[in-house]
Amino acid sequence: MLLNGVVLAVNYALIALGITLIFSIMNILNFAHGQMFMIGGFVVYYLYGLFGVNYFASLVAVVAVLGVIGWCFEKFFFQRMRKMATREENSMLLAVGTALLLENLALSFFGEKQRGVPPVVSGVFKIGDAFLPAGRLLVMVLALVLIVGLLLFVQYTKLGRALRALAQDREVTYLMGVNVDRIAALGFALGAALAGLAGGLLMTVFGINSGVGTVYSIKAFIMIMIGGAGIVPGAILGAVVLGFAEAIGYALLPGSITYLLIFVGLIVFLLFRPQGLMGKPWG
Amino acid sequence: MRIIHFYRRQLLNGIVLLALGSALFSGSLLAEEVLKIGVLGVMSGPAASWGLVNKYCAQTSAQLYNEQGGFEIGGKKYKIDIVAIDDRNDPKLAVSGCERLTKQEGIHYIIGPNVDTTATSVQPVAEASGAIYFPYAFQKSLYSPPHGNAVLGMIASYQAGPIIYKYLMDKRGVKSVSFIARNESDPLDQRDQGVQAAKKLGLEIKSSNDTYEPGTTDFFPVMSRVVSNGADLIVLSGVAPADAPLLIKSARELGFKGILSTETAQDIKILNEVAGPAAEGFISVGGASTPEIRSPEMENFVERYRKIAGEWNDEAGTKVYALEMILQTLRKAGPEAINNVELFKKAMDNFSMKNPFLKEDKPLKYVGTAYFSQARQIGVPMVVNEVKGGKFQTLFVGGVE
Repeated sequence: MLLNGVVLAVNYALIALGITLIFSIMNILNFAHGQMFMIGGFVVYYLYGLFGVNYFASLVAVVAVLGVIGWCFEKFFFQRMRKMATREENSMLLAVGTALLLENLALSFFGEKQRGVPPVVSGVFKIGDAFLPAGRLLVMVLALVLIVGLLLFVQYTKLGRALRALAQDREVTYLMGVNVDRIAALGFALGAALAGLAGGLLMTVFGINSGVGTVYSIKAFIMIMIGGAGIVPGAILGAVVLGFAEAIGYALLPGSITYLLIFVGLIVFLLFRPQGLMGKPWG
Repeated sequence: MRIIHFYRRQLLNGIVLLALGSALFSGSLLAEEVLKIGVLGVMSGPAASWGLVNKYCAQTSAQLYNEQGGFEIGGKKYKIDIVAIDDRNDPKLAVSGCERLTKQEGIHYIIGPNVDTTATSVQPVAEASGAIYFPYAFQKSLYSPPHGNAVLGMIASYQAGPIIYKYLMDKRGVKSVSFIARNESDPLDQRDQGVQAAKKLGLEIKSSNDTYEPGTTDFFPVMSRVVSNGADLIVLSGVAPADAPLLIKSARELGFKGILSTETAQDIKILNEVAGPAAEGFISVGGASTPEIRSPEMENFVERYRKIAGEWNDEAGTKVYALEMILQTLRKAGPEAINNVELFKKAMDNFSMKNPFLKEDKPLKYVGTAYFSQARQIGVPMVVNEVKGGKFQTLFVGGVE
């Protein structure tokens, strides 16, 4: 049960980090995050599953493909929208539109079927009474490495500092001579690449289909609502809470009470702390 | 002036030719009768394959008939026009889709919807509009009097379940069973029917309360509970093709050594890709047309289906039947039945033809009287498969009367 919680939490953290990064930089809730996750899975399916490309090289391709998609979305859609529109809900509606666009394009290009790839590693470890498949362990380790790498990048590199500055105050960042449009596009590309990487990793364990995006988007929203929208440590905390809530709920509670309780708990929690665990009341 | 006059004459000639041409063209169009058939079902989201297979099957059959000049009813050939609407598994969209098909398009014959919730929601619209529909949903009230416009397009889980359990008890020594279902009305209903059937047969029910949410991809936590009950058989009630391999894989990774089965149709490619060797021994109700029993006509259909859909789907072996039954019953009922479903219903009673999709000479008719008190089910063969060596191997072929 606890092992399941750890595995789920790490996987979810990778998904939540991408969406929180985009939200913090651009104040856009990326409704297409789950769809970007799905495209990452399909890139791995075609490269690793069908064309026999090395799995890790396929993950690099995922970063490139989703990075370009994210960059294009920001450059051609959201940047233009920010300059033209004054109301915030415009960008939200645009985000919903991009999610529908990606899902329907995926359905047309990739078909309706569930897809899977051969396992990268095989075997099952038995730890006490618990079972841990090697594939899940690999995904967990890779996800942990990526999370640590991202945190170090955001914390210690010049680009990372620019991203954080943009998240804190767009105008001041502009006044400091930072090319705000370029950094925003980079942030969106990075967020999209993270979603794609999560899809590319989890593809080896769960497979993928064109309609899976919405479920992951909803889970990502739950995590950032728990942790606090736009806060990187909050996203990780939200992933831990959701991962363990799912694992413990499914192990101990009958039927579908798990998600019922998660949603009821979330509503009650938001009534008392709408800014999430690590968010500030003033935003 | 002469030049102008010349141009004017040319212009007049052109207009006359154009008018003649368009009159001839529209005349030829008028001569071509079109029979519109609706397909209403889930064509996007996680269950998209269910509705898309319906659509691809209808399009494939229509294309094959249209290439021969159309389908003949009452001495006249009709081009088949398929109008497909995605209901996204949402009852509201299913109702609006059904309204569009019946009221705007004037369609009286609809293939779908795919699940109980959408099928029951379109029932009043279809009945009020005088439309016959072929759902892939198992709720008995849809097909039982006083209702008579719905025709079940496949074998229901409560028909297949008892036969599979009995087979496993007799041949594999199964004594106990656990059930797991998706938390939606159709799979839950199928689970309840399965539990009742298993109890009647004397199987010990180890657990039947475990469910998972639609869209779940990580089945490890929920399967941990199911596997820990130690049943000989785990039944995946009403499982979607996307979920089945993940459930199987999780069960095997958790050390489950017993048998896994389901009463819904699955896709071998998905099972192989996602579950791999873990799918070995998995038992499911197959599409009603395995390679061993296919007629040359069915082989032709499979080939064309691959061109339209990109690849074959085992489920299409069942769903090929709906349009064929609509067309052949219309042929028997006569052209008036195209707009009058009461004539179609009358023709259903004694309808029988050689099953065109089977190699063997077997009749194809409407069945289901024992379950619905009237013949409101297509008599598709019930094929039960087991995965062996990465392929579906037919365990047995049965049927419903």
